[in-house]
Amino acid sequence: MEEKDKILDIKNLDVSFRTSAGTVHALRGVNIDLYRGETVAIVGESGSGKSVSMKAAMGLLAPNATVNDGQILFRFKNSSGEIEEADILKKDKKWIRRNINGKHMAMVFQDPMTSLDPTMPIGRQITEGIIAHLGLSKKEAWEKARDLLLEVGITDAEKRMHHYPHQLSGGMRQRVVIAIALSCDPDLLICDEPTTALDVTIQAMILDLIMKVQKTRGISVIYITHDLGVVAKVADYVNVMYAGKIVEVGNVNEIFYEPAHPYTWGLLSAMPDLSTDDVRLYTIPGSPPNLLHEMPGDAFAARNPYALAIDEKEHPPMFKITETHSAATWLLDPRAPKVEMPAELKARLERMRREAQG
Amino acid sequence: MNDFEFLKNRNLQTDRNFASQPYWAGVFKRFFAKKRPVIGLMIVSVILLLAVIGPMVSGYSYREISSVINPETGKQVVARGISPRIPWLHSLLGKEPYTDFFAEKTFLFGTDDLGRDLWTRTWYGARVSLLIAFVTIFIDVIIGMTFGLISGYFGGVVDAIMQRFVEVANSVPRLVIVSVLAIFMPKGIGLVIVALLLTEWIGMSKIARAEMLKIKELEYILASRTLGAGNFNIIFKDVLPNTIGPIITQVMFSIPTAIFTEAFLSFVGVGIMLPQCSVGSLIEDGFNNITTLPYQIIPPILVLAFMMLGFNFIGDGLREALAPKLEDM
Amino acid sequence: MKRYVIKRVLSALLTLLLITFLLFLLVRIMPGNPFPSERMTAEAIEKKRAEMGLNDPILVQFFHYMSKVLKGDFGKGTSLYYGAPIHTVLKKCLSNSFKIGGIAILLGTFVGLLLGIVAALNRDRFWDVFCSVFSILGVCVPAYVFLIFLQYTFSYKLTLLPYFFDSTDFLRSTIIPSVSMSLFTMSTVARFTRNEMVEVSDSDYVLLAEAKGMYGAKLITRHVLRNALIPVVTVLAPLVVDLLTGALVVEKIYGIQGIGKLMVDAISGEGIDYNYVLALGILYSAMYIGIMLVVDLLYGLLDPRIRISAKGGDNG
Repeated sequence: MEEKDKILDIKNLDVSFRTSAGTVHALRGVNIDLYRGETVAIVGESGSGKSVSMKAAMGLLAPNATVNDGQILFRFKNSSGEIEEADILKKDKKWIRRNINGKHMAMVFQDPMTSLDPTMPIGRQITEGIIAHLGLSKKEAWEKARDLLLEVGITDAEKRMHHYPHQLSGGMRQRVVIAIALSCDPDLLICDEPTTALDVTIQAMILDLIMKVQKTRGISVIYITHDLGVVAKVADYVNVMYAGKIVEVGNVNEIFYEPAHPYTWGLLSAMPDLSTDDVRLYTIPGSPPNLLHEMPGDAFAARNPYALAIDEKEHPPMFKITETHSAATWLLDPRAPKVEMPAELKARLERMRREAQG
Repeated sequence: MNDFEFLKNRNLQTDRNFASQPYWAGVFKRFFAKKRPVIGLMIVSVILLLAVIGPMVSGYSYREISSVINPETGKQVVARGISPRIPWLHSLLGKEPYTDFFAEKTFLFGTDDLGRDLWTRTWYGARVSLLIAFVTIFIDVIIGMTFGLISGYFGGVVDAIMQRFVEVANSVPRLVIVSVLAIFMPKGIGLVIVALLLTEWIGMSKIARAEMLKIKELEYILASRTLGAGNFNIIFKDVLPNTIGPIITQVMFSIPTAIFTEAFLSFVGVGIMLPQCSVGSLIEDGFNNITTLPYQIIPPILVLAFMMLGFNFIGDGLREALAPKLEDM
Repeated sequence: MKRYVIKRVLSALLTLLLITFLLFLLVRIMPGNPFPSERMTAEAIEKKRAEMGLNDPILVQFFHYMSKVLKGDFGKGTSLYYGAPIHTVLKKCLSNSFKIGGIAILLGTFVGLLLGIVAALNRDRFWDVFCSVFSILGVCVPAYVFLIFLQYTFSYKLTLLPYFFDSTDFLRSTIIPSVSMSLFTMSTVARFTRNEMVEVSDSDYVLLAEAKGMYGAKLITRHVLRNALIPVVTVLAPLVVDLLTGALVVEKIYGIQGIGKLMVDAISGEGIDYNYVLALGILYSAMYIGIMLVVDLLYGLLDPRIRISAKGGDNG
């Protein structure tokens, strides 16, 4: 097998925000790897730092953010055709906008209702990036934009180019946003909960669209989501995030069939499932920790039914389970008592595995 | 205890982050967490305090002309146009003592061209301005809320007619209302109050209506109706208490408007009449004497500006405390 | 859009007609004698009343009055200007008021916009703090206080500018009143622009534009400014109205022969001049309603969400 080509390498990213209530320590040492052509999902509850880590990669952090530590290494082919590696955190905004954003790394946001400029026709919103990055003429850019709209499944593209966002439905707008993201043939597409704000019927269509363009263009995709259904459908690798840290990482089979972290167990148990006999849907007790307060030990301990005494003192390191699978929980320490995932969950995952194979 | 033992006897269901907090306790906490609302509250408190006790402690009355008998001639000498003086402070600073007839007297803000103590008049005027504002805004709140709540609650034709009325009422400039009123009423406090009554209720009614439209769809109103509560009960017992927050905020913005309008009308000469005084009429007096007694105009302008500042700060603070914005991350 | 415009214009005209009628009614049913200066017998007064049509039904009177008003004839004053035709007095006064008010509103809007933009681009730095202090000052201090201050400093102490308005020295004598009147507009526009810009800068669509690779001047002019400035139009209507009110005192203090001063003269003198009150009432209401209408339509024109209705949006 040939050497895999790593395009994004986030190392020990540590970010905090100054707010009027105090300093919020949103990311506490995040590590994410992404190889060319692969799809990685970042899963977690709201406020776990999923979006912040990706905004950091895009150089889009809010002005009140401070990067305390870490590296975001991005490898791309520069204009002279050589592979260039850049640490996004070390570059200034202007350089990132000119060389990375839109051109090599593009993003699709959560809410298509608010992410298009309401005062600009969508045609111009698409051509804007093309003209800036690819140096095409207005006319060439216009034609390319029209082709893009057709590619993302918008019929009547020529007419739609003159429309304002409010004249389109939510699903159409998200297609436009995807067209904008694809407009300069990026290497990496970041999708921040791309279907959360849409109707269920349209969600599947948008996911299929993203998967289709990924396949035809061979780009890497990062999904930010809290929907494990989406993860199962699209991802090769999964990063489970909790309170500003990655708590478990593995390929999609490992995460779904052999989860090791109690938080992942909780997430999987909380997933709605048609064939479950349980009357009540499981929920993880409590709510995510307030990141205003620094906490010693494992941030999940307070909600963890399997918490150990050491969880309150020291944060667990990443324990390696397989080459691709590791989790940050003391339960994997050799000294820890042997704990199996809840029997109900085990039965459920077994059922899922059979369904997937059968 | 071993590090690798399970923690026991824990209640995982307790949510430590979002412990419930009474609504108003949260509002108060947010209000006092910021600098500006607190400064505003302090300014307004100080002005209110001085408006109450200022005229009492001076030893003069707002309409009293200070004078002494000249021991040599036996004639009355009036304290006309004396610039601010505090004799004990003056001597403390080691300056030459005053030598005129009023060497012993204290005039914190000086006296006007007729010989009246300006400190007393300033705070008396502030008192009049504040009273006018409080009284009119209080009545406006009652009128506006009743109108808005009824309009929003009944909806349909009632609402359409009532809103059309608001639209027309809102299209008459305040200036025109004042000028027509001047035909029917004698100039003075009454005119100012009626003019404010006719204009300031509209804002209140809009807020009350908007809140009503929002609240009446909520489940507890439905529950109340199912239990047989009448319209009156629903409007005034179920909805009214929930509109208090936005209404208080509006009041904090209406009070300065009322003070501003009063000052404006008094300055134009249809407001407060002699020998009464208000902040507006004091500014006018000061303006009339600006070339001879330039210090006279300063205290009422400062009082006016600080009243505006204080109430606006409180209003802004309340608005933010009632509807906290999520911060960007 | 066309239907919207027609509906708005008709509704504005109707409101104005209604208000005019109310004003007419109120001024005509006022107690007192419309001929206070003349000594006449009861019969003579009765005869004069009949001659002037004051005994006709009120609707007929209103119709007569309106048909004259539409031709620009507001009748004669009862006590002001020795009964000169109101429209000749108005013409002169309107010209002065419009010139000074126009300069004030232009100055206020322009400088206000500039200040707001600069403040928003330098968030939490010097110009932002300056803008914030300036807007607090503008809200807390009435225009006439600024006027008194400027007049005292520049006209009385430094004698650089005229102490009173002088139409032969228009340019120099416009500075003080228009600057002082513009300050409120300026501070409000500045604060509003600043807040809108900050809000738009934090919006999702600006984030998307940045994700596209837009930055600097392009980002600001194409995405931030356009979206931030549209709502600023709405704040202009109440500002122009406030300016009209503020002009009253400013004109009185600075001795400007304008409609504001005319209004003050009509109501604050010994006898009230009913005909002036009526004429100015109609004029002010018309301006007020007109400004609100223009701003409404302008907003609709600028904002595509109102200009183009959301037609042709289908699912998928």
